[in-house]
Amino acid sequence: MSLITAHDLSKTYLKGETKVEALKGLSFEIEPASFVSFVGPSGSGKTTLLNLIGCLDKPTSGVLRVDDTDVSSLNTRPAAAFRGRKIGFIFQDFNLIPVLTVYENVGYPLLMVQNTPSRERKKRILSLLEAVGMAEKKNKYPDQISGGQKQRVAVARALVTNPKLVLADEPTANLDHKTAYMVIDIMKKMKNELGTTFIFSTHDQKIVGEAETIYTLEDGELAGREVNNV
Amino acid sequence: MFDLFKIAIRNLLRYRRRTLLTVSLVSIGVVSVLVFISISGSFKNMMIGQITDSFLGHLQIHKKGYVSSIDSLPLTLNLSPKALEKVEKAINEIPDVEAYSKRIKFGGMFSNFVETTNVRLNGVNPEDEVKTVPLLLSRIKEGAKTIRTGEVLVPELLAKGMKVKVGDTVVVIATNSNGSVNGKQFRVGGILESATGPGGRDGYIHIDDAAEILRMDTMAISEIAIRLKNFDKVHEVFDRLKGQLANELNKQGKPAFEVHTWEKLSPFYNIARMIDLMTFFVKLMLMAIVLISIMNVMVMAVYERIREIGTIAAIGTLPGKILAMFLIEGLSLGIFGAAVGTVLGVATISIVSMAKLTFDFGRQKGLLLSPSINIQDILLISMMVITVSVMASLQPAYKASRMNPIDALRHV
Repeated sequence: MSLITAHDLSKTYLKGETKVEALKGLSFEIEPASFVSFVGPSGSGKTTLLNLIGCLDKPTSGVLRVDDTDVSSLNTRPAAAFRGRKIGFIFQDFNLIPVLTVYENVGYPLLMVQNTPSRERKKRILSLLEAVGMAEKKNKYPDQISGGQKQRVAVARALVTNPKLVLADEPTANLDHKTAYMVIDIMKKMKNELGTTFIFSTHDQKIVGEAETIYTLEDGELAGREVNNV
Repeated sequence: MFDLFKIAIRNLLRYRRRTLLTVSLVSIGVVSVLVFISISGSFKNMMIGQITDSFLGHLQIHKKGYVSSIDSLPLTLNLSPKALEKVEKAINEIPDVEAYSKRIKFGGMFSNFVETTNVRLNGVNPEDEVKTVPLLLSRIKEGAKTIRTGEVLVPELLAKGMKVKVGDTVVVIATNSNGSVNGKQFRVGGILESATGPGGRDGYIHIDDAAEILRMDTMAISEIAIRLKNFDKVHEVFDRLKGQLANELNKQGKPAFEVHTWEKLSPFYNIARMIDLMTFFVKLMLMAIVLISIMNVMVMAVYERIREIGTIAAIGTLPGKILAMFLIEGLSLGIFGAAVGTVLGVATISIVSMAKLTFDFGRQKGLLLSPSINIQDILLISMMVITVSVMASLQPAYKASRMNPIDALRHV
């Protein structure tokens, strides 16, 4: 069974008095434990689509099911609860919480979202910090580590709740090439180890090649689907 | 909850200067209120103590209608022995009464054989009077600290005006309830310092002398002053006495007696109420300071952390938890402000207390200001500050909790 099913998905919003059709009748399916990329120029609808899949926004029309849940009808609180249980997020600007250490940042979703017991929490945080190679920096604050290290911490934070799906909007945009590949490698490694589905958006053609399935978006429409044997 | 506090405190420490300024502002407010309450409270309590312990007593009982005509000290409204017996029975049934004193109050003429003036006198039993108003003896500036038969305690101003001193012979002339005039020679036994309030400038003689001047065959008492073991029970005892005496009716079928607390007898009560009102407004100002400063900080905190709010909302933090995070931040500011303010306030009060400052009130000079604050007031002020801090954080916290994650994440 597919992890994500989108059928005739559209999103229209108003920008001032102008009606903008951000997504126009998208239909696709994404299987569990896949490594998927959405590519396209700025304004093609990548972020809007990730926002819909991540239950941060609702489609104007169409059906969107994530892990067998119709997320297009979820209200604020159920949507937040769903995100907390099923989805991990990686942001372009890392978005680590500056007053928390690396260890605490990774543990935040377990502590504040899932209320995981202390012992279990510690085990999962340390294991993920080890996996992303940040265990030694666990007591550092975000302003004491580099951009690449921040994004590795963000990957660990996204995975700490064992989500079915991790969404990453331009995760390598603020990183140099070497660091960007390293972050993508970590994401792939985690996908293979944990069976998590990763969906990321990018306009970096070299990074795109790392994805198993590449969807191309143009002007809010699905312009192509390419399967990569990586 | 502990983790929410930890995050809140770290966020507060993130903007150290701003947090320090806000905590300082709240603390200064708390210090000001505590010092004001302690000084005004100690002044009020001291003045009440002076008034009740010098001449008024905590409660008084009269025949119905006496207090409304008290300026003329009507002898026709004195209590008959039978009425007195009923009143004493009611008083004796109340264990909270420490002492009571029966007084014959009358107005008369005071002569030093050269000049004559009018005088208001209290005929009292010295032992009962001193037990009821223990500061009376301390008001005797000159002469023996007692009231003996044949002697009069002359009010200071009268003594000065009539140029009499201890040991001089004077004459007191009075008209009794039948209109018969009588006079009696007295030796000035002491000069009495004035006290603030009605009755504070009255003279004293022995009750037997009063009965003799007024040619009373049987003792007719004008008023009974009562002292309680615990001043705080004044209203409780008042209600009880009033209830017990309510069934005693006069010939017109109305209550035969009237009971008054010191509040109804002394104009200082209005000053005390004014002090209470001022205290209320000072507290209100503190609340305004806390409300504005905390709200300002919290609005800034939310505005500066919009992207952070977007992040935590996106990763699944429920709106209630985001609300709690910011409320706890405001709560922490309130707790710090109240704690620092309380410590500094108590220290300031101790310093003022140790400085032994004095003040004058009316004709009373050199009254010692001894400010003190009780734990209930400290807890009340702290709780008010903390509650208002949380209330001030409510709007910004609510706004944060309702933020759309997409808009928040886009915020630059």
